[in-house]
Amino acid sequence: MPATAEAGARRAGGGLLAGLGRFLTLVRRDPFATAGILIYTVFLFVAVFADQLATHDPNQILYRANGRVASNQPPFGAFILGTTNLGRDIYSQLIYGARSALVVGVTAAFAVVLIGTLVGLVAGFFRGVADMILMRVADVALGIPFLPFVIVLASFREPSVWNVVIGMALVVWPSTSRVIRSQVLSLRERTFVEAARVTGSSQARILFVHIAPNVLPLSFVYGSIAVGWAILTEASVSFLGFGPTDTASWGSMLQQAYAAQALSRGWYHWFVPPGICIILVVVAGFFVSRGFEEVLFPKLRD
Amino acid sequence: MAPLIAARGVEKHFPVTRKFSEVLRGERPINRAVDGIDLTIGEGETVGLLGESGCGKTTTGRLLLKLTQPTGGTIQFAGEDLNQVKGPALKRFRQQAQLVFQNPFDALNPRFTIFRALREPLLNAGIPETEHADRMWTAMRRVRLPDVDAYYDRYPHQLSGGQLQRVVLARALVLEPRFLVADEPVSMLDVSVRAGILNVMRDVHATMGLTAVYISHDFALVRYVCARTVVMYLGKIVEDGPSAEVVERPQHPYTKALVQAVPVPDVNQSRAPLPIKGSLSQAQAPQGGCRFRDRCPYAFERCASEEPLMREIVPGHKAACHLL
Repeated sequence: MPATAEAGARRAGGGLLAGLGRFLTLVRRDPFATAGILIYTVFLFVAVFADQLATHDPNQILYRANGRVASNQPPFGAFILGTTNLGRDIYSQLIYGARSALVVGVTAAFAVVLIGTLVGLVAGFFRGVADMILMRVADVALGIPFLPFVIVLASFREPSVWNVVIGMALVVWPSTSRVIRSQVLSLRERTFVEAARVTGSSQARILFVHIAPNVLPLSFVYGSIAVGWAILTEASVSFLGFGPTDTASWGSMLQQAYAAQALSRGWYHWFVPPGICIILVVVAGFFVSRGFEEVLFPKLRD
Repeated sequence: MAPLIAARGVEKHFPVTRKFSEVLRGERPINRAVDGIDLTIGEGETVGLLGESGCGKTTTGRLLLKLTQPTGGTIQFAGEDLNQVKGPALKRFRQQAQLVFQNPFDALNPRFTIFRALREPLLNAGIPETEHADRMWTAMRRVRLPDVDAYYDRYPHQLSGGQLQRVVLARALVLEPRFLVADEPVSMLDVSVRAGILNVMRDVHATMGLTAVYISHDFALVRYVCARTVVMYLGKIVEDGPSAEVVERPQHPYTKALVQAVPVPDVNQSRAPLPIKGSLSQAQAPQGGCRFRDRCPYAFERCASEEPLMREIVPGHKAACHLL
C-alpha cells in the first residue's frame, strides 16, 4: 500500500514539466508546427528586445554628416535597410513594427478566444433561453462588416492599435463561439458527461472540468488564426491611414511607402520587408494551430 | 429483506416530434417509454431487467438513478422520495447509487488519466485526500486490476475494452455505493472478456453486499449474475420471478418467445419458428387492453378490452397475462 501512496504523490508534482516535454517532442515531429513556433519565437524575441536591436529611433528624422536630411538612402550602407523619403530608418521601423504587431495579435486573439469560448460553452451547455439570446447576439455581431467597423471605431476614438483589439473582441468572437457551441452540444451527450453527473459532479464542474478541456484545442486553433487576422487588420487599417501615426507598424510602413510611390520608384527595400513579415506571422499562426490539435487531443499522440 | 428501492406507478413519457398533419389536427403524440412500473428491490438483491431494444429498460435504470425525472409516479430510495431529493441530499444519494455504462469506450473522459477518473468521485464526495490512495487501490483490486501503477498514468484510449470496463466499475465502486445499475455492461465487449467482467461483478456483489440492477437482453447473463429476473415489454413489467424459474418455466407468452429465441451453439439443431409476429418497431403500444396482443399468438377478445395485471403464479413468480 505505501507504494501506491507514493505513486499518488509522484503524480501530483512534475505534471507541468512532463507536459512541456511532451509538447516539445510532438512539436519536433510536425515540421509545420515547428516552423510556426520558430517564426513566433523569432518575432517574440525581436519584439521584446526591440530597444536593443534597433539602430535608430524609428520616428526620428535622420541627418547626414553634411547636415542634409538622410532621405532615400540605399540599403546595406550606413543604414541596414536604407531610409524612407523623409529620412527615417527602415530597419528600426521594422523592428518596432514587430512589437506593435505582436501586442495587437496576442491581445486581440486572447480577447476573441476568451469571449468566444465562454459564450460557446454557456450556450451549448445550458441550451434554452441562454443559448437563444447569446446566439442572436452572435448573429447581429456576424452581420457587422469588420473592417468598416474598425475604421468607424478609429474615427470616433483616438487612432490607436487598441481599436483593432476592441473591434476584434466585439465582432470576431461569434465564429469561435459557434464552433465551440456545436462541439459542446455533441460533448454534453457523451457518456462520460453522464458519468460525471452520476459521480456527483456539479454543473459548473461538468462544464469547466469535464467539457471545457475537450474544446480548448479548438479554441487555440481559432486563437492562433485570430493572431494572424488581427495583425492583418491592423496593417489594413494603418495602410488605409486610420492607424496611429506615432507608433511604427508594418501597416503604416506600407502606407507611407504607398504615399511616397515607392513601387513605381523601385524602392523595394522599403515595402518588401514589412510585407514579408506580415505574411510570415500570419502563416505561422496557421502552422501553430495545426500543431495544437495534436498536442491537445491525447488520442492523436500515439 | 427491507426494500432499498420501491417504485410505484413510475411513468416516463417523451414528447414525439409531430408530423405536420398532427400539428394541424392538434394532436400531441407521446412515446410511453416507461408506462406505470411497480418494482420493489430488497437490500442486497440482484435483479436482471430483460427486454428487447426500445422496451424502456434503459430509461427505467436512468429513472432509478434520478438521471431523468419521471413524468408520473414515485421512487423511494431507502425511504426517501427521489422526486424530493435535492441539494445535499442529492449529493448523498449520488454517493450511494452508481452506474456502469454500456459503452466503456465513451464512459471515461478522454482527457483524464485513469488516476484522475478514479479520483473524481472522491473529490466530488469530499472524501479527505489522505484516504484517496487507499480507496482507489481497494477499488482497483476489487475489479482485479491490482497493478495500479501500470494503469494510473494511462489514458482511456490506451486500454482495451475489458480493462476500460473494469476501470468504469472501479470508478463506480470507489465510493462504496449501496446500489449499482449496470446498463448492458458486457454487450460492447468481446465474448472472450465477458466472463471475466461478469465474474468480477459476481464477486463484488458477494463481498460488498451490493444491491444491483442489470439491464440486458441476454438471458444467459442475467441468469448467471442475478437471482431475480424482471421482463419488460413496451414500458410495462410482464413477468417477475427467480431467474432459474423464469428461464425454465416462463409464464408470459412474451417471455416464452424470448427464452426460445436464445441462441443454441449447435448449427444442426432444428428450431421451431418463434411464436410471435412482427418486431418492436412496428408494435405501437395499442391503447387499452394488453399491449402485447398484436404480436401474441394466443390473443383473444378479453386481451383487447382489459389490461392484464401482475398475478402471482407460484410463490415469488408473477406474470401479467389473462391466460394464467
